[in-house]
Amino acid sequence: MRRLMRQLLAGPYLVWIAGFIILPVGVILYYAFTTADGAFTFAHIAAIADPVHVKSILLSLKLGLSCTVVCLLLAYPLAMILSSFRFRHQSFVVFLFILPMWMNFMLRILSWRLILANSGIINALLVRLGFGPVKLLNTPATVVFGMVYDFLPFMILPIYNSMTRIKDDIIEAARDLGAGNLTILAKIIFPLTVSGIISGIIMVFVPALTSFVISDLLGGGKVLLIGNVIEQEFMQGTNWNLGSGLSVVLMIFVIASMAVMNIFDKDGGGAAVW
Amino acid sequence: MRLFYNRKKSAKTSVCFVLAAALFSCTFPASCAPKTDAGTTSDSLVVLNYGKYLDETVIRMFEEETGIDVKLEEYESPEEMYTKFKAGSISYDVVCTSDYMIQRLISEGEVNEIDFSHFSYYENLDPDIIEASKIFDPESKYSMPYFYGTLGILYNPAIVSPEKVKTWKVLWDENFRDSVIMQNSVRDTFVPALRLLGYDINTENADELSGALELLIRQKPIVYAYYVDETADEMVAGNAAMALVYSGEAAYAKELNDELAYSVPEEGSNLWIDSWFIPKSCRNQENAEKFLDFLCRGDAAMLNFEYVWYGTPNLEVIAQLDEETRSDETIFPPSEVLADCKVFQQYGQETTALCSYLWKKLKSE
Repeated sequence: MRRLMRQLLAGPYLVWIAGFIILPVGVILYYAFTTADGAFTFAHIAAIADPVHVKSILLSLKLGLSCTVVCLLLAYPLAMILSSFRFRHQSFVVFLFILPMWMNFMLRILSWRLILANSGIINALLVRLGFGPVKLLNTPATVVFGMVYDFLPFMILPIYNSMTRIKDDIIEAARDLGAGNLTILAKIIFPLTVSGIISGIIMVFVPALTSFVISDLLGGGKVLLIGNVIEQEFMQGTNWNLGSGLSVVLMIFVIASMAVMNIFDKDGGGAAVW
Repeated sequence: MRLFYNRKKSAKTSVCFVLAAALFSCTFPASCAPKTDAGTTSDSLVVLNYGKYLDETVIRMFEEETGIDVKLEEYESPEEMYTKFKAGSISYDVVCTSDYMIQRLISEGEVNEIDFSHFSYYENLDPDIIEASKIFDPESKYSMPYFYGTLGILYNPAIVSPEKVKTWKVLWDENFRDSVIMQNSVRDTFVPALRLLGYDINTENADELSGALELLIRQKPIVYAYYVDETADEMVAGNAAMALVYSGEAAYAKELNDELAYSVPEEGSNLWIDSWFIPKSCRNQENAEKFLDFLCRGDAAMLNFEYVWYGTPNLEVIAQLDEETRSDETIFPPSEVLADCKVFQQYGQETTALCSYLWKKLKSE
């Protein structure tokens, strides 16, 4: 009886999964494999081979990877510094990194537009200094910048968490045995933070790969990611079948990238995020 | 759906709010009460219109004079109107929307004929605009024009000389690299390219459309961005030298920054006409016609013109305007400009799909 009661507690979540995860995925799969008349087809999946779609998915992969690499390069040293700080308000510093996430990310991205526009704040300063206006907005690099800005906390937090789990004793023991700073980093800190890095990479790469809002707002409609293609098919082209087909392909890419990451993630820390 | 057309209304931020309010206040009673509520059939009229596209005073005047109770519903884009209309939870009695959408609804058999012989003020309307409407309403019996305008170039005369914007070629001028804004919608952005190549803006010829695409791909490095709603604000902020916009958007931008100017290039462009029609769902044809007739009356039309500030086809209003307003070519395109402008025709399904694909191709370049 007690066990049954306990199992019933999972009920709301099961309803949630069924209604908001399984059902929508089922609908997407249905649309992906049927034509407008309801006949079975592979055409919408095969549509990914179309040069236009190939181009946009390659661009998505390229920008997603760039974003992930930049985030990693920024976050790793930062997490190390943060975790090596030994002062009373350490958690306050971490809090500062999460603080921007309290604001709607669309608003934050929109404000970047004001800063980077042709007659925006940075260009106004540059002109004042005599460097002339520089094209800052509506390039693929700007989109990567926006993604990094948005997703950086998702890289910092898991790495920081895995670093704080490393006991000082281990580092001290290494030093006792004559290890230099580089050896400690390569042989101790890095292997112990791999799971954090993997979680960080997944949490940054997946949303960057599927993003369409950032490329819309900072790309000025000139940067077409696979997410934008899907959005166009749903919202404007009203070709839901094609949009679903491409979504399914994108899902395969996401699952594949997570599978690759899981190979590297030996202690399962990365999978725990999902 | 903004991909194919962007017929921007002056309504800005408040539209969503109004819409939400309208949805709440109207769909609920409508879904609870039976559709043909006998109590409201005879003396009420449900009007569906773009947001902020009708002066409240006009409605109050009409209510006072006729005793007919008017309920105003608003929407933002023609596609949204189509969805609302088709949902059928409210029976609308009279609707205002854009040319190509009316064509679509006429072809779907959703539109009632209007008997203009019952009208006292129909003669106030400019015969030229009624003539131009024939592209979507060939016999002029389904629709009544309300406002109209053009697609053209909004530019900053300090950077671009007015001489240069006489042709669409200026949008391809290397000197303005990174300072041209195009519309983020297929058909609008295709207009300059099609006209430069000498093709009809309603062409469904795949070769002609592909030719236009090539031209647009060549233009892409010069383009600052493809924007929709932001265009006017970006121009006001000085982020670009030129933008492809609808005259309504241009008028809004000029209000905020009177240095900006608007021009319709000589190669010709798109003429848009927003018109009223009476849908099949209308419960009282007589009241609906009374309402439309009232909108043609000089004083009501004047109030609406002063509220919306778009080109009005009402000759009586134009006659009363001061010289400055009448000669404002952003609002009233001169007849030689109008002669080169054409109303959009709804594409067939095949062309729609082709354009959607060409658009992706342009964006992925």
